[in-house]
Amino acid sequence: MTAKTINLTLKVWRQGRGEPIGRLETCRAENISKDMSFLEMIDVVNEQLTKDHQEPIAFDHDCREGICGMCGAVVNGRPHGHERETTLCQLHMRHFSDGDTIVIEPWRARAFPVIKDLVVDRSALDQIIQAGGYISVNTGGAPDANSLPIPKDTADAAFVPAACIGCGACVAACPNASAMLFVGAKVSQLSLLPQGRPEAAKRVSSMVRKMDELGFGNCSNETECEAECPKGISIIQIARMNREFFKARFS
Amino acid sequence: MSWFYDTIRTSIGKKLLMALTGLCFCLFLIIHLIGNLTLYGGQELFESYVKHLHALGPLIRVAETGLLTLAIIHVSTGCFLVWQNWMARPVRYQVNKNAGGRTIGSWTMPYTGFIILIFVAIHLSNFHFIDHDRQTVFQAMTATFTFLPYVIFYTLAVVVVAVHVSHGFWSLFQTLGANHPKYMPAIRGLGILFSLLVAAGFGFIPAFVGFIMN
Repeated sequence: MTAKTINLTLKVWRQGRGEPIGRLETCRAENISKDMSFLEMIDVVNEQLTKDHQEPIAFDHDCREGICGMCGAVVNGRPHGHERETTLCQLHMRHFSDGDTIVIEPWRARAFPVIKDLVVDRSALDQIIQAGGYISVNTGGAPDANSLPIPKDTADAAFVPAACIGCGACVAACPNASAMLFVGAKVSQLSLLPQGRPEAAKRVSSMVRKMDELGFGNCSNETECEAECPKGISIIQIARMNREFFKARFS
Repeated sequence: MSWFYDTIRTSIGKKLLMALTGLCFCLFLIIHLIGNLTLYGGQELFESYVKHLHALGPLIRVAETGLLTLAIIHVSTGCFLVWQNWMARPVRYQVNKNAGGRTIGSWTMPYTGFIILIFVAIHLSNFHFIDHDRQTVFQAMTATFTFLPYVIFYTLAVVVVAVHVSHGFWSLFQTLGANHPKYMPAIRGLGILFSLLVAAGFGFIPAFVGFIMN
């Protein structure tokens, strides 16, 4: 029977608040249960660091069930680790072996400055949403059900990009640090539904302009984003955004 | 025209420029390859092709100017994109690993592009900017392809073009918004087939001229 616990060597990016650059520091993760999630493993390491009067590793997390988009770090060169379609909180330690060395780095992009250790400022994604990732509705009485008929397949098609949790793994995975998959997903989700059509042209133009302004890179169709997206969102959404963009600009 | 400038200076606009100019170069490659295939029919057929092509006179000048313009747009936009993309990640990762999305064609695009630029310059100086009164294109070609280092360089450069096209071809469809689950596998397959055709069609010319014709 295989052991239920493993011992690991972690190389974690440590960067203090306000420090322009950090460094990889080595620490041990002892007696880690294979049933733990990656974040729980860091919790255990942090307990030990605290007991040893050392600064615990700062990392982002919230729901720990893969739906909030808060957690995320680059584990051995792969955003959210090497498992497909999982967030870091859904990555379990059973996917690692005893004695492994794990390198943990924050998302790296000019638009995502490091706040501390593994925590990055992803408010750039919020700014893109603020630029047009919404629909404008005057409040009033709740409309009757089915007063706006939407075929089931259209609703399903819109739900695919709507699964985006805004974690930023696409930016982290992109060799050019481009946010095209994120913006593509948000543009697609709204453009597919009748409520999103009236503002579709204005939306795609201003969201793309904002994305460029914030210093994200350009998409060169490397397709690393779709391979790393924890929600399995495909670059088909980027193609749809491009069509929406051309429609908006050339008409 | 400010709307036009506003559009092409966005990241999608620059992508569009790369895609449209890239599409033109793919079409040019097809035409160039069809023309060069006459070589496999022997010296007479090839020289007749060259004669007819040159007889087009002013049309050739128009095409050349067009190609030069496309090249300037493609190369300058490409350089700008490489610089912007480099700037977008000031601190690089300590460990880099691919998830399987990147291909040899996709990650080498700037490098293969640079090699192609140098190759095109040498290629033009060998066959285009020569004194056409003193030697025919066929004579220039047979003379060049007897020089072994150039044969190796030419063949490798053709492979580099094929690698560049293997990513560029499907990529331009994606950029133009033509990505559909029904058709994308076919477009990707066509891209590979096209790059293999380019590699084989152009790549065997030096060997054919050097070993079979002489």
